[in-house]
Amino acid sequence: MTNLVYLVPLFPLIGFLINGIGWRRIPKTAGGVIGSLAILASFAVSLGIFFEVKNAGTATTVHLFDFIRSGKLIIPFAFQVDALSSLFLLIITGIGFLIHVYSTSYMHEDEGMVKYFAYLNLFVFSMLLLVLGANYLIMFIGWEGVGLCSYLLIGFWFKNRDYTNAAKKAFVMNRIGDLGFLVGMLMVLFHFGTLTYADFFGQLQGASSGDSIYTWIAICFFIGATGKSAQIPLYTWLPDAMAGPTPVSALIHAATMVTAGIYMIARSSALYNLAPFALNLVAYIGLATALLAATIAMRQYDIKKVLAYSTVSQLGFMFLALGVGAYTTAVFHVMTHAFFKALLFLGSGSVIHAMGGEQDIRKMGGLGKHMRITQITFLIGCLAIAGIPGFSGFFSKDEILASAFAHNPVLFYLALAGAMMTAFYMFRLYFLTFTGPFRGTHDQEHHLHESPAAITIPLIVLAILSVVGGYVGLPPVISEHHTFNTYLAPVVSNFNVHHLEHATEWMLMGVSTTLVIVMIIVAYSVTKRPNFIPNTGFAAVLENKWYVDELYDIIIVRPLNGVSNAFNRFVEKAGIDGMVNGVGKTVRWGSDRMRMLQTGQVGFYIFVMVIGITVLFALSFFWNL
Amino acid sequence: MPIQYYLFLSMALFCIGIMGTLMRRNAIIIFMCIEMMLNAVNLLLVAFSKMYGDSSAQIFVFFNMVVAAAEVAVGLAIIVMMYRKVHSVDINILNRLKH
Repeated sequence: MTNLVYLVPLFPLIGFLINGIGWRRIPKTAGGVIGSLAILASFAVSLGIFFEVKNAGTATTVHLFDFIRSGKLIIPFAFQVDALSSLFLLIITGIGFLIHVYSTSYMHEDEGMVKYFAYLNLFVFSMLLLVLGANYLIMFIGWEGVGLCSYLLIGFWFKNRDYTNAAKKAFVMNRIGDLGFLVGMLMVLFHFGTLTYADFFGQLQGASSGDSIYTWIAICFFIGATGKSAQIPLYTWLPDAMAGPTPVSALIHAATMVTAGIYMIARSSALYNLAPFALNLVAYIGLATALLAATIAMRQYDIKKVLAYSTVSQLGFMFLALGVGAYTTAVFHVMTHAFFKALLFLGSGSVIHAMGGEQDIRKMGGLGKHMRITQITFLIGCLAIAGIPGFSGFFSKDEILASAFAHNPVLFYLALAGAMMTAFYMFRLYFLTFTGPFRGTHDQEHHLHESPAAITIPLIVLAILSVVGGYVGLPPVISEHHTFNTYLAPVVSNFNVHHLEHATEWMLMGVSTTLVIVMIIVAYSVTKRPNFIPNTGFAAVLENKWYVDELYDIIIVRPLNGVSNAFNRFVEKAGIDGMVNGVGKTVRWGSDRMRMLQTGQVGFYIFVMVIGITVLFALSFFWNL
Repeated sequence: MPIQYYLFLSMALFCIGIMGTLMRRNAIIIFMCIEMMLNAVNLLLVAFSKMYGDSSAQIFVFFNMVVAAAEVAVGLAIIVMMYRKVHSVDINILNRLKH
């Protein structure tokens, strides 16, 4: 089965080619079926690979062909099949498939539906390439591919100027991060002569920690991760990425794209273990992002914006876990987060669908009466992300909090504040949307309806996963056997993580659960009689996202525009254009003067000719030229 | 006969040719002056050929004559055409060729 791994990315690629080439001719339903089947096929292969890897427990490299062969440098096009990549394969293709099924209904009204499915398949293909590559170059190809696809999908409704601007922003922000990754890759190539994981990590074994080259490479990789996984300072593209169709948001936020940074750092854990400074940086940036995004999410009124900032915040938690050395915990949270965040986004899509495109939660309310399935599944998603015991989010988030506590209690208290805010903004969203009186127009209320089966079935499947997904990683106080960590152990193992006393751990769990429940009650009481007076003071700062976009505009965008304009005016127009035009002007001026010689008097010509010949003769006679 | 006589004769012919070309306005006269310069050179070539006993220069002279004959054919034809157009062979009225 492992040898068939090339089929996993091949199916989406074929789907992309069929839909992409024939998007004008293929009927909508057929396009949706082709797109979904392609992902289903690779999901089936991924399942086979997953169980084989789980049983055998070994890592294999499937060599397809040599991608680059130049002197001593050989970069093979090879796939790495091990515990980490096969787990990501399942997440990407499994959740990707549910999102495809959902899209067949959600996008059915759209005239570009077949093109949409082509993009979606290409997105999944790129992500699969990213996680499957056996060296950093293959990963980078997938890395760039998801950047391109996010651009195409965020700007899918390209007739709206704001949407295309959001797509450009996502692309540019990603490119800034990509540069970091690229520089890191080149440093690896120069210092270790290889980009293949097995060779690179083999050379790292036994190396002494703290060498500056490891720190530099690790920081460069982390810059790449901040771009792709939306961390400070490159996170602002992710909330704007809401411009795309809702299933795309689900795909970007849950299954693909933003998890790439986590995957890359988890994959490079051997490198990060040698760079304590970079690890600390990862932890602090992750924590800061988690808190910043959570504060912003508390004051947003757009249903998708709340979810977007919640993703940024949850990614921050994952980076915090990576930073304290709990790599498997971060991957665990990637998995549970993929379940409940896909669920929440698809649920919000169902709501938006029912509301006829309305995204403002101030105009919703009481939707639960009309769409019971969406309400219940959304509630499960909220409970999971808030970290209520028994739901998947609880297990992974609790593990992150425990690892943070073991590393440094200060990190724990700050992360706990983030978790409390998470509970608050999610339940604020839930109560405002599904309970209370309806606040929209009469027309909208009349049209409220539950979504069709193609939308509700993926919701139900994801809801079930959001509940049971956490039981593969029970905390040590309940079970000594951590299935998830055991599974990942051959590839990634935690670094420098202290084990806590059972009593301490019970206490941490108790504290976080109590505070989360308190925050849910607070959210309920705040939203019981909602009054939407304009925010003032600090709340207004939060509603305006700490004015980070404006700050970037002032300190980066405008100076850059100014410099570009200055270059345009002085270097381009005056310098280069002046030089080119100057040559032309000189020639024209010279020929105006030279024209005077052409008098048309034949006698004069002959005279000049004779004088000229005489001069030449004299020259050759006297100076022997 | 010493070679200097030929040289002086040739130089005299050449200078007459140049002066005629520069001074005169009649196209036919100018044309004849050009031929005179050519023949001055021919004379020189033959004189030197005799002096060194090398006949290759005389071959040049034959070529010169052939080329000059061709030139005369073309040149005279041009002058005839010119006369038909403007009823004159004065070179100073040919300045209308410009522009």
